[in-house]
Amino acid sequence: MNRTLYHTRKVRNVVALGLSVAAAGTGLLILALILATLFINGFAAIKPSIFTEMTPPPGEDGGLLNAIYGSVMLTFVGIMTGTPLGIMAGTYLAEYGRSSRLAQLVRFINDILLSAPSIAIGIFIYEIMVAPMGHFSAWAGSMALAVIVVPVVVRTTEDMLKLVPNTLRESASALGTPKWRVILSVCYRAARNGMITGVLLALARVSGETAPLLFTALNNQFFSTNMNAPMANLPVVIYQMALSPYDDWQELAWGGALIITIGILALNIIARYLASLGGARR
Amino acid sequence: MRRTPVSTTEATPESLRSTGSGISADKIFGFFAYAAGWGVLLILSGVIISLALGAMPAIKAFGLNFFLTETWNPVKDVYGGLAPIYGTLVTSAIAMIVAVPVSFGIAIFLTELAPDWLKRPLGIAIELLAGIPSIIYGIWGLFSFAPFLQQYVQPFLIDTLGNVPIISPLFQGPPYGIGILTAGLILSIMILPFITSIMRDVFETVPPMLRESAYGVGATTWEVVWKVVLPFCSTGVVGGVMLGLGRALGETMAVTFVIGNAHRISASILAPGTTISAAIANEFTEAIGDLYTSSLIELGLFLFVITFVVLAIARLMLMRLEKRAGK
Repeated sequence: MNRTLYHTRKVRNVVALGLSVAAAGTGLLILALILATLFINGFAAIKPSIFTEMTPPPGEDGGLLNAIYGSVMLTFVGIMTGTPLGIMAGTYLAEYGRSSRLAQLVRFINDILLSAPSIAIGIFIYEIMVAPMGHFSAWAGSMALAVIVVPVVVRTTEDMLKLVPNTLRESASALGTPKWRVILSVCYRAARNGMITGVLLALARVSGETAPLLFTALNNQFFSTNMNAPMANLPVVIYQMALSPYDDWQELAWGGALIITIGILALNIIARYLASLGGARR
Repeated sequence: MRRTPVSTTEATPESLRSTGSGISADKIFGFFAYAAGWGVLLILSGVIISLALGAMPAIKAFGLNFFLTETWNPVKDVYGGLAPIYGTLVTSAIAMIVAVPVSFGIAIFLTELAPDWLKRPLGIAIELLAGIPSIIYGIWGLFSFAPFLQQYVQPFLIDTLGNVPIISPLFQGPPYGIGILTAGLILSIMILPFITSIMRDVFETVPPMLRESAYGVGATTWEVVWKVVLPFCSTGVVGGVMLGLGRALGETMAVTFVIGNAHRISASILAPGTTISAAIANEFTEAIGDLYTSSLIELGLFLFVITFVVLAIARLMLMRLEKRAGK
């Protein structure tokens, strides 16, 4: 009797753990397969011309220069707009609001915005910018990205400022330093690496965003530096080219996908490295 | 390092307050921080209000019927959102059915089974994968996964499960490759790293003492996981799963590539369909006429509200776990 019980427990254990190992194996295998497919198809598409020529009409040679430029511009403006707001809101949560009612509400809402559907944010920007202006524009695309940047930066800024020991603040205050100076010169300085990490993570997050750009920045066949007009960008170009029936367009889409992925992986790794240097140490 | 000049003679409160421009700068800085906090709330209310305003014409024109009919006819200007809503729910359900057990397995592997030298690199790899943009999953789904399903998996499903009573209607029709099932599976792959990394974090909140005591009285690894670890952090696990669900519901690009974009509800999950986000992504720029655009916005509003509720529940559950772990 006891023996069979012992036996069933053992068998159940082996079966369950076997399934768990199998799950880990399959999951990782599929994810590795995705990366492998991406790298094989992507590298086949990467030629010098991809960085020097414009998106071509079907059947002609070309590159992704205008889309790469557009993506850099859109994310740059988006980050530049979203970061200050995010850092200030994070500062509010960590230094001013702390556990007040308002701060708890802001924290909660921010966490929800962190994974809110980005397509809804696209519609929001369409409603407040594209529709009143009457045309799609790179400004609108940047603002959509900025809205996505804010919650990421708020979260990391708050987390990193929380790691700054209170004794540091107290010693600075004891010297008669006004609060804003304590925050700027002591807290920010101590949390600098962590805060930069947050901005890099936000950058990684928005550089692959496609949905909110579809009807804000739209796309542009040509090289354009006019922020007030539609602008080409990598994600939307990948989307349109991948769904096209032309082989050379599909190849370019793989190339673009690889560029984005490598960029995002690099950003994530740098961010991780910075964070490992110690967010709250000097 | 620059220093604020501080008077060294008398440190009365008055003299501190009057040191230079400190006081006014303090107020300004504090005000900006406070305003930025409100800014976050403003973004959320802005999204909801603008979606609601944009959806007004459609809400007025169709009322509740919008959620009950599947007609989607731009020619006659009549719209019902049932098909995309159905598609969103079914693809997310498929994604959760596949992703939750698998990520549970991976999380167990990562916390209980993997040797120490493997834990860190695997954990980092999974977190990096969680950062890959959804369009990559979409393009892979379209070019690699869908043809694979069409050639090997779907004919097999039709021949086997298609003959089982009760569930057979789910597996009828030709193997298109793209469709509801494919979209659901792509979604599950996409949220897999996401749920796994949360589950792993949650499992690690279990105090080692609890684990060791269970092992100490002779429990097997599985018993430790199922009867000690899981009950201890069940709210956290549910929270993580809900967070994944929120992602799956709102996901756009991974789905748009492989869903097939057909505004109809089919019994078979092999058939093409559409989801809320895919419909918006596909049709928004091409929508002519206010009612068409407005109907798409109403779908967006519906999506936003649903994900909001799901994510709010997820956060509340994770917060409850954090509180307990902090005790």
